Amino acid sequence: MLRLFGIEKRFGSTVALRGVTLELGRGEVHALIGENGAGKTTLMNVLAGAVRPDAGAMELEGQPYLPQTPREARQRGIALIHQELSLCPHLTVAENILLGNEPQRFGWLDREAARRKAFEVLRDFGHPEIDPARRVADLSLAARQVVEICRAIAARAKIILMDEPTSSLQRDDVERLFALIRHLRARDQVSFIYISHFLEEVRAIATRYTVLRDGASVASGEISTVTDEYLIAKMVGRAIEDLYPRRKRAPGAPLLAVRELCAPPLLKRASFEVRAGEIFGIAGLIGSGRTKLVRTLFGLEPARSGALIFQTQRLVVRGATPALRLRQSFGYLSEDRKGEGLALPLSIADNITLTRFESCARLGWLDRTRQQAQARSWMDKLGIRARSPAQAVGTLSGGNQQKVALARLLHQGARVLLLDEPTRGIDIGSKLKVYETIAECAARGCAVLLISSYLPELFGMCDRLAVMCRGVLSAARPIEEWTPEEVMRIAISGKRNEDAGAKGVD
Amino acid sequence: MEERDEISVVASEEALTRVSGPSWVRLWLGRVGPFLGLIFVLLVFTLLSADPAQYLSPRNLRIVAAQTVIIAVGAIGMTLIIVSGGIDLSVGSAIALTGVVTALGLRAGWAPSVAVLAGVLAGGLIGVINGLVITRLRVIPFIATLGMLGAARGIAKWLAAQQTVNVPETWVNELAVTFPARRWMFFAPGVWLALALAAIVAAILRNSVWGRRVFALGSNEAAARACGIDVENLKTSVYGLAGLFFGLAGVMQMSRLRQGDPTVAVGTELDVIAAVVIGGASLSGGEGSILGSMVGALIMALLRNGCQQMGWPNYVQEIIIGAIIVLAAVVDRLRHVRRLAET
Repeated sequence: MLRLFGIEKRFGSTVALRGVTLELGRGEVHALIGENGAGKTTLMNVLAGAVRPDAGAMELEGQPYLPQTPREARQRGIALIHQELSLCPHLTVAENILLGNEPQRFGWLDREAARRKAFEVLRDFGHPEIDPARRVADLSLAARQVVEICRAIAARAKIILMDEPTSSLQRDDVERLFALIRHLRARDQVSFIYISHFLEEVRAIATRYTVLRDGASVASGEISTVTDEYLIAKMVGRAIEDLYPRRKRAPGAPLLAVRELCAPPLLKRASFEVRAGEIFGIAGLIGSGRTKLVRTLFGLEPARSGALIFQTQRLVVRGATPALRLRQSFGYLSEDRKGEGLALPLSIADNITLTRFESCARLGWLDRTRQQAQARSWMDKLGIRARSPAQAVGTLSGGNQQKVALARLLHQGARVLLLDEPTRGIDIGSKLKVYETIAECAARGCAVLLISSYLPELFGMCDRLAVMCRGVLSAARPIEEWTPEEVMRIAISGKRNEDAGAKGVD
Repeated sequence: MEERDEISVVASEEALTRVSGPSWVRLWLGRVGPFLGLIFVLLVFTLLSADPAQYLSPRNLRIVAAQTVIIAVGAIGMTLIIVSGGIDLSVGSAIALTGVVTALGLRAGWAPSVAVLAGVLAGGLIGVINGLVITRLRVIPFIATLGMLGAARGIAKWLAAQQTVNVPETWVNELAVTFPARRWMFFAPGVWLALALAAIVAAILRNSVWGRRVFALGSNEAAARACGIDVENLKTSVYGLAGLFFGLAGVMQMSRLRQGDPTVAVGTELDVIAAVVIGGASLSGGEGSILGSMVGALIMALLRNGCQQMGWPNYVQEIIIGAIIVLAAVVDRLRHVRRLAET
């Protein structure tokens, strides 16, 4: 039905796909499995005509297939259900479901036919209670997801691509979705490519699978013939490279203790402590609540309850602000470097000294010479390559930008470092420097909280590790007691109860 | 975003189809709000006026109606653009240019209908050029139409040789006259024309596939594209169709002045945008109605007329209208923030 050979795609200097081969039979549900950043979503976009591949060939029903636009992909019978909802909130349910192929009479919308068609699709999906005439903005998120799925069904697609379709569905809706998939397979021979992190779900619905790792397909076959362990090994499947400056550290007294921190709905419960001189890792899928945890700690998101103890002092939890946390010597490195981490049009010097201008100001006036000298010393220490401290940060490479962001925390003199994906999207040389700098901070007695989606990094850097899953942080254990497979198992356990949660700190 | 995968938690705490009260109220306010504004403006000036009977007299209403026509016709086009999520700042210049084109045609001895058609089509051409610059060259609408604001004004002055263009006496001059020669018409022919066009476009926007796609485009462009809608051509058609209305507004302007003036209608785009926003449209797209925009245009005209009746100097009008534009934008923002908070 659909074949892909050697699909490649690069964005600038990063390679998203490096040779994906996949075969999809008629009426088959094919699971696409892989870690965050393995290239699953890019592959879906290639199939749906939103992204054009650099190399490789696709074949649909024996004909060459290279869609230039989403419109063309739709006409060839391929529909994509996005991970992020893509509905028009101002339009009605019926209008959204039939958008792009509205029933019409001489250009006029046939509202009665639209209502009826939408109702039929909703009824087939087991949701006749959703009124086709309601505005989508007035629906709950779960109902919107239902509408999104109904749209792909209404398009009478031959192949439906589902990118994490169950992310906002309740249990019985997942069952309904599976029933509908089985129904469409049996009745209309519709084929599905189904992306999910949750192996349990994948096993329930898929017949065959393909594992993507680092943009390449590394394994595929019948899903019933392989074990979860095999799949996880294929997903992780990397040797830990010798990048990490493992050195003997002797963590001291607890510097920061977090007890029962709760910021619903994304963060349900997190308890842990980080000692001075320790690097504490947090693993978990994107969206598991990791980022929410550090943002809540830094006062960027409101917490509902919990306690926070810095050394021996109890800190305010509710109503904390970033300004307060900065004074309490917390430093935060955002995962969104360009959006939140740096002021791109400003100079390196401004960016580095931003959180502690007092160091180079007198009576509210900046001493430019002093500021530049301070910036220059950090640039030398971290090896930031730039013409001068006055150069705009936006003109630097990703790696150098990240070093500037890190230099700000150092200049600020933070004792608790909250680092969210500090090496995402940067080159190997900068990575080494970032690792080295983090290790030095820990050696100087800082408490480091390190979030990463890249397991080898966590295993290489951390002293202890905990795993976040669906808003609950597991108990922390020394890194030697973890295996990558075990971390993945907890992260993708898919349990909707809270068994995996820690009852307290270790 | 961190939140996405975690939506399940939110969802499980909600009923699947919750009836949201506030949204109903807001929708109702959005529809009725412009009318409340209209009544408020009428009330204020009636109370302030030394001679309320005169202010509310049919005679004065006819004056207001005639003053409304240009803004109202422009607002029909602007509603399409704003609903689609765009903006057009070149309206004032387009009015001047199309007025000059019509006047030149009349002076050259063209049949009046041909001259009017040329003016309207010139407006459409300006709109199509705007649309092509926005979709093919990928310039944001604000900048593309800001450029057109300058260019169209310049072309108008060039065509008119920097002078006003006088026109012979034809029926075109009667289009937007305050007191039509045929007394049974009561309002100027232009007023009736504007009302008819408003009704037609309102129907198109509400009930045609094209109209619903314009709403979809303004509501979520990525979704519209993913559903196989040809977003680029749709946008160009929106600017082109709106341009026809700006052209017609230019003809009306020429009719009122009885000459083509390349320096006229400076800043009219702000009145037109204000009328649409007061009428309940959202500057972020996906929301708006022709009826609302017409009420908005009427509010603007009543304000100007009221200030004149009170004998207030021009600058008072300008201050009040400026404040109202900002107020309308604030209301739009408040509605928008509430919606974001919900999702």
